[in-house]
Amino acid sequence: MTWRNPHFLGFAARPSKPLRVALGSALFVLCLALYLTASHLRHRDNPQDKILPSFGQMATAVYQMGFQRDTRTGEYLMLVDTASSLRRLFIGVLLAAALGLVLGLNMGLFPGVEALTAVFVTVVSIIPPLAVLPILFIAFGVDEFAKIMLILIGTFPLICRDIYLYTKKLPYEQVIKSLTLGAGAFTTAYRIVLPQVMPRLLEAMRLSFGAAWLFLIAAEAIASTDGLGYRIFLMRRYLAMDVIIPYVFLITALGFAMDVSLKRFVLWRFRWYSGR
Amino acid sequence: MSHHDRFLALENVYKAYDAKVVLDDIDLAVSRGEFCTLVGPSGCGKSTLLRLLLGQEAPTAGAIMLDGAPLGYADTRRGVVYQKYSLFPHLTVLDNVLLGKRITAGALASRAVRSAMRDEAVEYLRRMGMADHAGKYPHELSGGMQQRVAIAQALIMKPQVLLMDEPFGALDPGTRENMQVFILELWEEAGMTVFFVTHDLEEAVFLGTRLLVLSQYYTDGRGDGVQRGARIVADYQIKVASTRSKETADFGAFIAQIRREGFDPECRRHVADFNLRHPDSFHTVSAAELQR
Repeated sequence: MTWRNPHFLGFAARPSKPLRVALGSALFVLCLALYLTASHLRHRDNPQDKILPSFGQMATAVYQMGFQRDTRTGEYLMLVDTASSLRRLFIGVLLAAALGLVLGLNMGLFPGVEALTAVFVTVVSIIPPLAVLPILFIAFGVDEFAKIMLILIGTFPLICRDIYLYTKKLPYEQVIKSLTLGAGAFTTAYRIVLPQVMPRLLEAMRLSFGAAWLFLIAAEAIASTDGLGYRIFLMRRYLAMDVIIPYVFLITALGFAMDVSLKRFVLWRFRWYSGR
Repeated sequence: MSHHDRFLALENVYKAYDAKVVLDDIDLAVSRGEFCTLVGPSGCGKSTLLRLLLGQEAPTAGAIMLDGAPLGYADTRRGVVYQKYSLFPHLTVLDNVLLGKRITAGALASRAVRSAMRDEAVEYLRRMGMADHAGKYPHELSGGMQQRVAIAQALIMKPQVLLMDEPFGALDPGTRENMQVFILELWEEAGMTVFFVTHDLEEAVFLGTRLLVLSQYYTDGRGDGVQRGARIVADYQIKVASTRSKETADFGAFIAQIRREGFDPECRRHVADFNLRHPDSFHTVSAAELQR
């Protein structure tokens, strides 16, 4: 009598494909069911309930925010909010990635640069970015620059240190090999090592987007006139959960889409990286 | 092969890490076109010596010369094949072989030059039997194939000396023997100078025209408690014909002799009795050394 792998329990579990799909969606369905039940119960007592809006209420709110021009500004608010937020987010993270890449790479390759900056970067990474937000607003004003700076300060240390440690772990044989092939320090750093670090940079960016959203929404909540975070905190004053919940979904969907596309891009563009 | 041309020369080379002496007064001259193999007990400093030759580390004292000019930091005069990490994982086989040519040609090379480089790289790959794999990445190749590409990558730069650090150490026995025959063919064809580090005695005797034994097991009259670095304790010129078969009795006896001389911690021969029979072998003793 041979034994079989169990479907669900234990180390040896091998869930079948349909079971995988069912298991993967179970928690989503559970949350949805809980919400719908609670919302239904509240609406039975008070049809005007704003705390747990029904899907119909949310659909109406999304229609107003996303598909009708605002009576005051004449713009589609949801679109404007999304565009402003994404612009800040991308500029901040891309700046952090560019700086983190260049500094991290040089720290990992050149002991002199490492000695100069490693301790400094470590200390900077410990500063809680939200604690310096007031300083940023005072120093740079409350417009775009301060918000981008906050995202930059919040994500740069992680990216920089990740690239630094990754570069340092690359076999030193590669540097020597590159020199015997006629490369100098510059060529070795930017032609041999940089392309090898790129997929790792994209992965570090993937991980950084979570933190970047946090800093973006914090900055928008405090001082802004548009953006997803601004809208959510504005709507909080009116207990407009029918707007807030769809906005949270929108942010989640954007984050998920960016995460998946970056992952796909790494798999597609850097075959050697995932294949090792 | 002309002897005594001192193509690659080390004089009074020491290497110490803080108080720990690793290499203790290495004197060595290697002639052009020689296939020099270096063996020794593990931890004796074989790889350290190779790193010095490569320019990855600087000697604590002494001079290393190649073709009359001092050797500094790693450059194109030396090619290297490591046991692993020789190939760049993000480049295809062809790009790996082309890399050195591309770097030295610079960004402004004409189309004709680029095309000639490419033809040359393809030709090298063909000679290595790797032409069908030009578009693959290193991780898609077997260990033996990776080493073939690594050899092509080094050879296309026509280095004055090819340094190899246990290049076949990670290969299975069959592939390993194929690669040994293959590297000998390449060496005979190109007449290059090879410095080959291995921990495998049979491989060293089979491949080399000259066999160096590096060992820390010897005595020099300073007493047993003295912290000693490794020296070259034996230096053989290998008669090519007799050692190209691993089956003969001579081959086995020779290996047993080397094992006794270099690898047995109990065998503490005195420095003055070292077996340095090779015609290029020499040992200088300066006033400073006598002080040590």
